[in-house]
Amino acid sequence: MLIKLEKRPTPSRRMLYITPVLAVIVTMALGAIIFSLIGFDGLRAVREIFLTPLLNPLKWQDLAVKASPLIIIAVGLSIGYRGNVWNIGAEGQYVLGGLAATGVALWTHQMSGPWILPLMGLAGILGGMAWAVIPAFLRTRYKVNEILTTLMLTYVSVYLLNFLVFGPWKSPTSFGQPQTVRFSADQSLPDIIPGTIVHGGTLVAVVVAVLAWFVMSRTIFGYQVKTVGTAPAAARYGGFSGNRTIWLVLMTSAGLAGLAGMLEVSGPYGRMVPQFPVNYGFTAIIVAFLGRLHPIGIVFAGLVLSIVVVGGEVAQTTIGLPFPAVGIFQSMMLFFLLASDVLVRYRVRRVNTSPPAAPAPARTEAAPDAGAAS
Amino acid sequence: MTLKNTRPMISRRGALKLGAGAAALPLLGSRAFAQKEKVKVGFVLIGTPDDNGWNYGHDQGRLYMLDELGADRVETTVVTNVEEGPDAERVFRELAQQGHDIIYGTSFGFGEYMMNVAPQFPDIKFEWATGYTTLPNMSIYNAKFHEGRTVIGTIAGMMSETGIGAYIGSIPVPEVFMGANAFHLAARKQNPDFITKVVYVDSWFDPAKEADAARALIDQGVDIITQHTDGPAALQVAEERGIIGGFGQGADMSAFAPNAHLSAIIDHWGPYYTKSVKSVLDGTWEESSFWGGIADGEVIIGDYNEKIPADVVAEAERVRKGIIDGSIHPYAGPIVDTNGNVQAEEGDIIDDGEFWAQEAWYAEGIEA
Repeated sequence: MLIKLEKRPTPSRRMLYITPVLAVIVTMALGAIIFSLIGFDGLRAVREIFLTPLLNPLKWQDLAVKASPLIIIAVGLSIGYRGNVWNIGAEGQYVLGGLAATGVALWTHQMSGPWILPLMGLAGILGGMAWAVIPAFLRTRYKVNEILTTLMLTYVSVYLLNFLVFGPWKSPTSFGQPQTVRFSADQSLPDIIPGTIVHGGTLVAVVVAVLAWFVMSRTIFGYQVKTVGTAPAAARYGGFSGNRTIWLVLMTSAGLAGLAGMLEVSGPYGRMVPQFPVNYGFTAIIVAFLGRLHPIGIVFAGLVLSIVVVGGEVAQTTIGLPFPAVGIFQSMMLFFLLASDVLVRYRVRRVNTSPPAAPAPARTEAAPDAGAAS
Repeated sequence: MTLKNTRPMISRRGALKLGAGAAALPLLGSRAFAQKEKVKVGFVLIGTPDDNGWNYGHDQGRLYMLDELGADRVETTVVTNVEEGPDAERVFRELAQQGHDIIYGTSFGFGEYMMNVAPQFPDIKFEWATGYTTLPNMSIYNAKFHEGRTVIGTIAGMMSETGIGAYIGSIPVPEVFMGANAFHLAARKQNPDFITKVVYVDSWFDPAKEADAARALIDQGVDIITQHTDGPAALQVAEERGIIGGFGQGADMSAFAPNAHLSAIIDHWGPYYTKSVKSVLDGTWEESSFWGGIADGEVIIGDYNEKIPADVVAEAERVRKGIIDGSIHPYAGPIVDTNGNVQAEEGDIIDDGEFWAQEAWYAEGIEA
């Protein structure tokens, strides 16, 4: 008897929803085994990583704070990915958004008023967008691959950040350390749940996800993006401009990444520091795919990623699980998710080779040969 | 100005969190100020102890402390690879919630987040390495690494044949300016034409960049290399290229470069951690600011390589002892900077704390 993968005529919707859950479960099981093998209490480790953050109310605020930027960025990226536009540089757009907001904060430092925070938000969005103008122009005008340009601009953004905080923006009262002055109360995101560190960014994340869901499923823009992404020829025939769509989705995803940058710098950071880029922009790519490029799925995916990060710290402090082990865990989850994608497009079939005649062994031997040759 | 007790302004957000934190954490009743049978100690590291440098030094300090006080009285938790950002705040809160009695944040960038957490846990002690501000339950501690630079600068000034040394900087922060200047000033006492080339790799630990910088500097005639980064990469290049040598930073790195390793500046945090944790056990811990150097045994000069001539060793030892008895200071005038400004007159010294808080400058002869 053999197992054979057979292509499905259409991708399975059921598998689309089951596989992410499956990936998490397999990760938990395999994680427990691996941690046991390297000398830890495997079950306890998995419990600390996956359940403690959910069961301990003290951790909920951490999940909300950690997940918010991931969700906002991933929602933006998912819109682009639906349209077959691969913005890999959300990290740079996030940094630029944070820098633009910081610029406004430094400019308004002696002022007060409720208008400052919205202005910083606007600056954040525009800052993120500005960073995607170059890739959008190069892609639509000269067909330069946006994967390269967006990614490479990320490195430029980090140098820009360093230049500013080590140079003109350095606080005069920071003992020479590279950081800007602390933002004033009017420049800081208010906490939305008293007694916690949950800030306005969490609210924004939820609103962004719901809005994106509405736009993608109920508006012509959403339809246009999806059509351009899945059937470019049909989209042209239908009168949708490919270039216009590229501009729109790049601006949307970059604007949202910039907004996330503004929310982070005015929330948890409270000032701009060289340590501002922490790979939210790259992690959000994982979140977008884990969430199946669906805004509501992304909310859950953002939470799962945050659980693993927060739980990873719990496991480090309670049972001394080393940091790289937590990394293995996260990577395994992504791997299983991508690997299990095969179940969406293929189905597993048992091939009954009841007459144990010659063909069966011949076939098993042929298979690795074919694999090596291809 | 002094570095002690520069209180941070408590922002509105901070005050809100403070009140709310107390309300949200009913588990943390106030404990009596008394001796403890056993304490839980948390260490938060920016990297991992196997960097052979900064984090290794702190972890060695932890082990020394465990050894001195006994594992039956002290239990330690180490959290590694913590980003200097809001993630750190979560880790500090996590350790505090799990009932650690004292928590050490061993990197500058942790301070801000420690300051957010410390007021929520008034019964727990916090300590911030290389920090600049304290709270009633938060102390700072640091080491005068630059004193070690003065000793190795002396060796470099005497041994360099090209008269050009290099200083591979991590990130341009006060500690690094202090180190580069101390090294250079000491070398110039031996060789008035000594040149120090400063190059930054924008990281505390990036072996590939450190090695690249070392190669480029050696090509420019440098024959003595020092680094302010945490790993032995530059020393390995020095060994490979057969230049006169370099120095271990943070720990003895002679295993990586037996010929090139002239000596090392060793961070010895053990005695401080022992004293600090013991004060928690005894119930005598208080808000403080400690900046120990060679005299305190917190900065140690490693073994001298056999190839260093006896007169150089004697001079290095004279400088080391002079620092201990106070007759030699790393920043004794006259000091002129690269722009020709007089930073210290003949007979003056620049106090360590004063230098730390100053705008950056390089002494004449440094090429940055």
